[in-house]
Amino acid sequence: MSANSTNVTHPPREQFTGQVGFILAAIGSAVGLGNIWRFPGVAYDNGGGAFLVPYLIALLTAGIPILFLDYALGHRFRGGAPLAFRRVKKWLETLGWFQVMICFVIAIYYAAVVAWALSFFVYSFNLRWGDDTAGFFVGEYLQLADVGGEDPWFTLEFVPSVLIPLVLVWIATIVVLAAGVAKGIQRANVIFIPLLVLAFGALVVYSLFLDGAVDGLNAFFTPDWSALTDADVWIAAYGQIFFSLSVAFGIMITYSSYRQRRANLTSPGLVVAFSNSGFEILAGIGVFSALGFLAQQQAVTIGELEGLTGPILSFVTFPAILSQMPAGQIFGALFFGSLVIAGFTSLISIVQVVSAGIQEKFGLSRTAATIGLGLVAGVLSVVGFSTTTGLVALDTIDNWANNIGIVASAILMCIFVVWVYRRAPELRYHLNAVSTGAVGSWWYLCVGAIVPAILTVMLVQRILNLLAEPYEGYDTTYLLIVGWGTVVVLVVGAILLTLPRWRRDPDAFTPWPQYPALVESAATKEARR
Amino acid sequence: MTVTAVIMLIVALLVVWGGLIASIMWLRKNPERTTYPEGGFDDRREGAGIVERDT
Repeated sequence: MSANSTNVTHPPREQFTGQVGFILAAIGSAVGLGNIWRFPGVAYDNGGGAFLVPYLIALLTAGIPILFLDYALGHRFRGGAPLAFRRVKKWLETLGWFQVMICFVIAIYYAAVVAWALSFFVYSFNLRWGDDTAGFFVGEYLQLADVGGEDPWFTLEFVPSVLIPLVLVWIATIVVLAAGVAKGIQRANVIFIPLLVLAFGALVVYSLFLDGAVDGLNAFFTPDWSALTDADVWIAAYGQIFFSLSVAFGIMITYSSYRQRRANLTSPGLVVAFSNSGFEILAGIGVFSALGFLAQQQAVTIGELEGLTGPILSFVTFPAILSQMPAGQIFGALFFGSLVIAGFTSLISIVQVVSAGIQEKFGLSRTAATIGLGLVAGVLSVVGFSTTTGLVALDTIDNWANNIGIVASAILMCIFVVWVYRRAPELRYHLNAVSTGAVGSWWYLCVGAIVPAILTVMLVQRILNLLAEPYEGYDTTYLLIVGWGTVVVLVVGAILLTLPRWRRDPDAFTPWPQYPALVESAATKEARR
Repeated sequence: MTVTAVIMLIVALLVVWGGLIASIMWLRKNPERTTYPEGGFDDRREGAGIVERDT
């Protein structure tokens, strides 16, 4: 009757082979491009050293609690997002598919950014970008069309220098995912994450010895305590933690479902969360040391520099730094190599969410699901983002998928799981029954009140901003179709994917351990603490 | 570097990297529970192919 004795007519669920493999895979997913190019700029803009206070509070009250919620859902209900949510409540399967759709959309443009990093890794060998790095990135490399001018907002003029690495990224993704959770995802992360730490660590140490590094670190760490009274700074901190940890859009649900039943969840979760933040602090030190060097070379202050965050930091500002520093080729290879690794290990986790969802619902084999999905997503990726209008589409879709899609997904998850269906006590019991670190009742306050409240404020604020003025000054019709259209695609896709019948009965399942526990053994008493 | 910047740098490293080291040490000391509720054994036939069982 229980899940482990259910009549089995299919291979058992794939598993990570152990704790370390799972932790490295989860770190690989959490540590992504945002850690390197988003955190340093966000911290600098929001109080410098003082940002540490709201950041750490956000980590403890939102990041880690939501991470635990994801872990508990995936591990208890043994499935990707749609299956796990269905086992909470039948119709919540749609929320699971909403998360799968977010991953699908993000995957198709995220792969393009990994492809850019791959190109720049190669270009760094001879510093090919020259002196005009902005002109090189936008003009020579991306060949960006004159959108809003004489060119249309969407073209099918492919740019080979983007298309070729993009195809390579998709082939690598398919190869890793087709090899399976243990032999593909886990093995890739076991190789790549130590490599990333070594490469990025070397880069940070090297950057500390650059002229002007001290000025950069001063700018980054000098606290502006008045920022702490600014509500926007707190929202920025919660936003950074939230987006950085890869929570609330299915990834951690999917990964934790591949852990064996008797597996520790909370203690490895803390290692993952602190590794992610540790990497961000490291990135802040490395990036601002390098920016200090650039400011000194240009005889300006850090505050006068432009392009301190996002793709422009990586593909325009950093190449400018590399061109002027001693041994820029080595530093460049380390920087763009790190971007490729951080991005790729996140990409495979994003695609795995979609793959797991369709494998489970449609009874597909791992190979069939991976190759089919990889081909569809790869083609969409190439058509949408390796053309002369790819940058504009990427920028727009990224904004809507993240700021509307993921934030809404997290709010809905908290409201339905915690408030409407009241499953938080069961999930907390589950976490405590299998983990070596007990989750206290404070967790209810975090996932039931703090997270949904702050994210709702963030969502409303961002929707109002998007309605008030066109994003990045882009054409309003374009934003309606591509930006808001992305939200429509997410919702419609989620509903359509809920409709077909499951190939295997998803409801013939009893969660372990039983809740509420019938017999109060010593173990359950302890778990209930 | 200014004194306040150095202090914030040290605090950031101590809290975040300290948190990481502490969580790793905790995990090494307590890798898995020694007691679990009844059941919860995994089916470890991954890769063994499709298994049919009599109902």
